[in-house]
Amino acid sequence: METSSRDIETLVRREYEAGFVTDVESDAVPAGLSEDVIRLISEKKREPDFMLEWRLRAYRQWLTMRAPRWAHVHFAPIDFQSIVYYSAPKSRDDGPKSLADVDPKLLETYDKLGIPLRERELLAGVAIDAVFDSVSVATTFKDKLAALGIVFCPFSEAVQKHPDLVRKYLGSVVPYADNFYATLNSAVFSDGSFVYVPKGVRCPMELSTYFRINASKTGQFERTLIIADEGAYVSYLEGCTAPMRDENQLHAAVVELIALKDAQIKYSTVQNWYPGDEQGRGGIYNFVTKRGACRGENAKISWTQVETGSAITWKYPSVILEGDNSVGEFYSVAVTNNMQQADTGTKMLHIGRNTRSTIISKGISSGRGQNTYRGQVKVLKSAENARNYTQCDSLLIGDRCGAHTFPYVEVRNPTASVEHEATTSKISEDQLFYLQSRGLAAEDAVSVVVNGFCKTVFKELPMEFAVEAQKLLGVSLEGAVG
Amino acid sequence: MLTITDLHASCDGKEILRGIDLQINAGEVHAIMGPNGSGKSTLANVLAGRDRYQVTRGTVKYRDVDLLQMPPEERARAGVFLAFQYPVEIPGVSNIYLLKAALNAVRKSRGERELDAMDFLALVKERMQLVEMKEELLYRSVNEGFSGGEKKRNEILQMAVLAPYLAILDETDSGLDIDALQVVAAGVNALRSPDRAFLLITHYQRLLDYVVPDVVHVLIGGRIVKSGDRALALELERTGYADLTPALTPATMLDER
Ligand SMILES: Nc1ncnc2c1ncn2[C@@H]1O[C@H](COP(=O)(O)OP(=O)(O)O)[C@@H](O)[C@H]1O
Ligand SMILES: [Mg+2]
Repeated sequence: METSSRDIETLVRREYEAGFVTDVESDAVPAGLSEDVIRLISEKKREPDFMLEWRLRAYRQWLTMRAPRWAHVHFAPIDFQSIVYYSAPKSRDDGPKSLADVDPKLLETYDKLGIPLRERELLAGVAIDAVFDSVSVATTFKDKLAALGIVFCPFSEAVQKHPDLVRKYLGSVVPYADNFYATLNSAVFSDGSFVYVPKGVRCPMELSTYFRINASKTGQFERTLIIADEGAYVSYLEGCTAPMRDENQLHAAVVELIALKDAQIKYSTVQNWYPGDEQGRGGIYNFVTKRGACRGENAKISWTQVETGSAITWKYPSVILEGDNSVGEFYSVAVTNNMQQADTGTKMLHIGRNTRSTIISKGISSGRGQNTYRGQVKVLKSAENARNYTQCDSLLIGDRCGAHTFPYVEVRNPTASVEHEATTSKISEDQLFYLQSRGLAAEDAVSVVVNGFCKTVFKELPMEFAVEAQKLLGVSLEGAVG
Repeated sequence: MLTITDLHASCDGKEILRGIDLQINAGEVHAIMGPNGSGKSTLANVLAGRDRYQVTRGTVKYRDVDLLQMPPEERARAGVFLAFQYPVEIPGVSNIYLLKAALNAVRKSRGERELDAMDFLALVKERMQLVEMKEELLYRSVNEGFSGGEKKRNEILQMAVLAPYLAILDETDSGLDIDALQVVAAGVNALRSPDRAFLLITHYQRLLDYVVPDVVHVLIGGRIVKSGDRALALELERTGYADLTPALTPATMLDER
């Protein structure tokens, strides 16, 4: 058994393909954190006073906080004074006016990652905001979206051009004092995407941000804010990669979603930060706060995530269900291989009447990977007839990895119904042999089984992302038939 | 087509096959009968390449190649097909996806082009008529929630789509009602051809009423103790295996202790 499960493990090993470094000169602030560094970041971005004040409030708060210890992950303490908090490719002092102004080296970088930014190669139906280290380097299809009143731009641009919206919603879902990493982010966040979809508008294309960490010793602290006004609809995708390095790099992002009455936001992530090598050297610490608020009747927020990268993933995309009949969904595939650790899940907070939430979590562990699902379903007294369904499945590949499930349930209204199902299975030799005896190579057989295990989550992803996600798991695309 | 010589195989150090000799020519249908635990499934799995069983002695020649040297997927691509006694469930993987992946793997290894979605679907629908299977099952996860009969039909459908040279059916008839049995038999009969051979493993002679074998072998204690024509199967039904079992040799008795 021992040898054969090792054999299965070797079949899931894959090279990290996004591990190259782009050689661009960068404009970075010195390592370390202080009020001066925050003032410098704010000044570089020519921010209005309210923004600087907000950052400083967060910073002062952060100084009083301690890093959380409760997650099922292990790592040496982070030296926050050795991190560079702002790094931008040099060519972009005033920001590119159009793609023609973007450094060709950057365009090449995104090409290599399979993200074409040049007009002639644009993916039909997907508008992209490309964030390189601390800044957004290009946003496509902006004009087309503007014609519908949709704002899709770098966060720093939104601060300049739509200060009222930023002021109204920033921190309204994730307050600056929320938690250690979110507070750090609030102090030093550099860029990210901003989306506003006006009343009754259905965004005709997928909006996508592609995050790339390039510079070494640099943390990435992006901030994303998405607002769907009454009756609006938007589907947003997020992808991420980083070069292979021996050091650990910190990625502490904050994402806030606001769906007003009858609005719907679908947020999908394919996270492929560098996971570190087989011995656990290097890799990204992905400590992220993502939360959405359904602020009106019939609002709906869906999180779909495929987490394959990062040395450590620590995130719980959550939904606050305020509006009556509002809906929250969380679909997750988290893969841990080699020495990777993931502690991820969701929180569903039911406040409004007839609110519904669905949680589908698929954890895959192999090598010595540790995979933890941590989820909280909380039904307040006001949430008459709230419904939750949770399903957590774990798939183990080999016998040195681990899967852990921590569901927390708190129900204060007797009319609520909360259902939880959990399974743990091993990839079985019977399944692999069955597939091989039908002509599939051993690696493909593993992929097919893993892909099947993830199916209910993959089908929630937009087509392009489903393809990407399956590729990441070493899977060729199913669904060409059937 | 297939020449098995003095084949010995064990599992976890326990010898299960103790010297099998078998010659199957193209166009022939051979039946292997025997009581539970006699090694029928082991033989089928060894031929399909299951690495849980270790071949300790003997050779298997298949269409001029050494079958035992090939990994399971290459055997499948070379035209060996095993219909499993207990087909495995694969959640989330649609039946039609597996069929297509399997067929294209086989075609590719033969240097043939992959079938496009249209041609593939046409082929599958045609072959499905052979096993009278509900189309809905194509889009369900492989064998998941299938009834026993549906699983067996599904195996026959895979066989019909992959069109192997050597088809090994491991108790495909077990647990089927008479209608399902006839469907399976009709599927096998439709595929009988001069360049294809069948090895039917069965516990009962019932299947052989519908698929008439050229040769019947009796496997007991990991050895073929008797071979004959169809009459042997009928005789076994009357007399059972008891008459043949006392053939415990000193060697097997030693093992048994
Ligand atoms: N994986 C295995 N591990 C240990 N013993 C096995 C295994 N497979 C089969 N056997 C043993 O080998 C013998 C033959 O089994 P099998 O080939 O399944 O017989 P049949 O198909 O004729 O009923 C039985 O005694 C069975 O217990
Ligand atoms: Mg058997």
